[in-house]
Amino acid sequence: MSKNSARGSSKLAGVRRISGRGILAFSRERKIPYLLLGIGLIIFPIVDTYTPNVDFVGDAGRWILLALGLNIVVGYAGLLDLGYAAFFAIGSYTFAILASPQFGIHISFWLLLLVAAFVAAMFGVLLGAPTLRLRGDYLAIVTLGFGEIVPRVIRNASKFTGGVNGIVGTDQPMIPAFLGFHGYSFGLNPVPYYYLMLVIIVITILLIRNLRNSRLGRAWMAVREDEVAAAATGINTVTTKLLAFALGASFSGFAGSYYASKLFIVTPETFSFVVSVTVLLMVVLGGMGNIRGVIVGALVIYAIQAYVLVQLPGWIASATQALDIGFLNNVDISGYVQRSSILIFGVILVVIMLLRPQGLIPSAQRKVELELGTTEEAVSDLRGSA
Amino acid sequence: MSAILELERIDVYYGRIQALRAVSLHVDEGEIVTLIGANGAGKTTTLRAISGLTPASGGQVRLRGEGVTHLQAEDIVVKGVGHAPEGRRIFSRMTVMENLALGAYIRRDGATRADLDRVFSLFPRLKERQRQLGGTLSGGEQQMLCIGRALMSRPKVLLLDEPSLGLAPLMVDTIFQVIRDINQEGTTVLLVEQNALKALGVANRGYVLETGRIVKEGTSRALMDSPDVQRAYLGI
Repeated sequence: MSKNSARGSSKLAGVRRISGRGILAFSRERKIPYLLLGIGLIIFPIVDTYTPNVDFVGDAGRWILLALGLNIVVGYAGLLDLGYAAFFAIGSYTFAILASPQFGIHISFWLLLLVAAFVAAMFGVLLGAPTLRLRGDYLAIVTLGFGEIVPRVIRNASKFTGGVNGIVGTDQPMIPAFLGFHGYSFGLNPVPYYYLMLVIIVITILLIRNLRNSRLGRAWMAVREDEVAAAATGINTVTTKLLAFALGASFSGFAGSYYASKLFIVTPETFSFVVSVTVLLMVVLGGMGNIRGVIVGALVIYAIQAYVLVQLPGWIASATQALDIGFLNNVDISGYVQRSSILIFGVILVVIMLLRPQGLIPSAQRKVELELGTTEEAVSDLRGSA
Repeated sequence: MSAILELERIDVYYGRIQALRAVSLHVDEGEIVTLIGANGAGKTTTLRAISGLTPASGGQVRLRGEGVTHLQAEDIVVKGVGHAPEGRRIFSRMTVMENLALGAYIRRDGATRADLDRVFSLFPRLKERQRQLGGTLSGGEQQMLCIGRALMSRPKVLLLDEPSLGLAPLMVDTIFQVIRDINQEGTTVLLVEQNALKALGVANRGYVLETGRIVKEGTSRALMDSPDVQRAYLGI
């Protein structure tokens, strides 16, 4: 109690300090680990010159982007979206159609990043508008339908999208020549893509941090908590929800452009329901509504799917070889493991959710729930709302 | 005295069920007016029709003579109607401060500090608990937060829906005292209550609602003296 009242008296100062936060504001004690992480990420491709590793880490970034985008819809605004892959598809195809031999259009990658984000956002509104009155399970069903419709439309609109064959030969980013610099095409080298992704993610994190702390961010959370109360306090719930869909979708436009350009090809199968579920998993398992949590969730799920489950049969095989236990040599354990990789994945998910039901790094909101009002971040900035 | 809030023959339907039938009432500037009635009489619906949460399908709602019947809920807040809804509906996973900050959502004048101080002086308990999550407050504190949040928009008219519901008797007295204070500071109050005795105790005038119709109106004194009201609502 004494702690509370002491905090109370310094509240004005606290409010002021928080409103004075810049876009790069981390508290002092957190700065050093972030700095080290940043340096580590920047020098990683220089230290590890084996490009498939760089490629692997770069690809994790695509999932981080998707998870951060979906987090706006699910984590902030509380709208359960099971069709997020559709926006990823729309972003990818927007890029592929406007930067490939398909129509002979070759617009700059850098411009298309924004165009794809904008188009994805428009489709976000398109999905959002008819679902405004739906919540929870009902909304999930409609978004699920949307997620199924989009790849099907893409498959059948072969005139524009190349149908099942997809669009082949998408353009690679170019850094144009200027002032004696000769210009540079990314080509097949994963290293520039890695740095590009790093930059996109940093920008995304800064944007989303600011969004969360903005008036709109507070409106999202109010709608998530209680829509009627939100309307009664003067929040336009319609606009608020549409903006969640639009802005959430826009980040998948970034991810889509990056993905389409890096892969040279986009095909409709890439955007299945599994992608939507995987991204949702990343958000929920990492910690809904928490940027760090969502990033960690994306990395963990990606690492399990793309590394652990892929390597596991090999590990098992070498382990049995090393142990050299007679009867095991005749049993194809690694084959079993390979076939049951989805089962193993499921078990891992169940275990994580049992151990960390609030996610790996819960949002401040949920943390306060446990600590009862002792978290610095939970103080809102009254001035900022004005 | 001029009417700050007027309802003229308001009809509200929930699907095919008519909840309000030609409800007309008026609240003058500076008054406390109460709406009493049994469960399901339409008290909450009347408030929701005013604040735009349940739009009226017929009739007129006017604020200072200006028609607001078809405005969205958020625009009606901007017009100066604060609604402390039924069941409190505080943001339970947000702190007291965050709840109050959201109450000031429509404010763009940057002077919310003064309103915060006012809410804290009306409800010192909220000041003590400002960092606590709304859901961890007691029922009475949640009601305080609900009223406080509505006050943060600096309303001209405050709609209070069953503020005494489920509260301990001592807390009920506190809440009714605060309603008086808020009114004395210049906010007009339209109060919906089941506790008719308490409500008529603070109000200047009252309306009695029965199955979606206004069946009686008058000064609080007159209503308290009316044998019908005594029998049905005051338990005398």
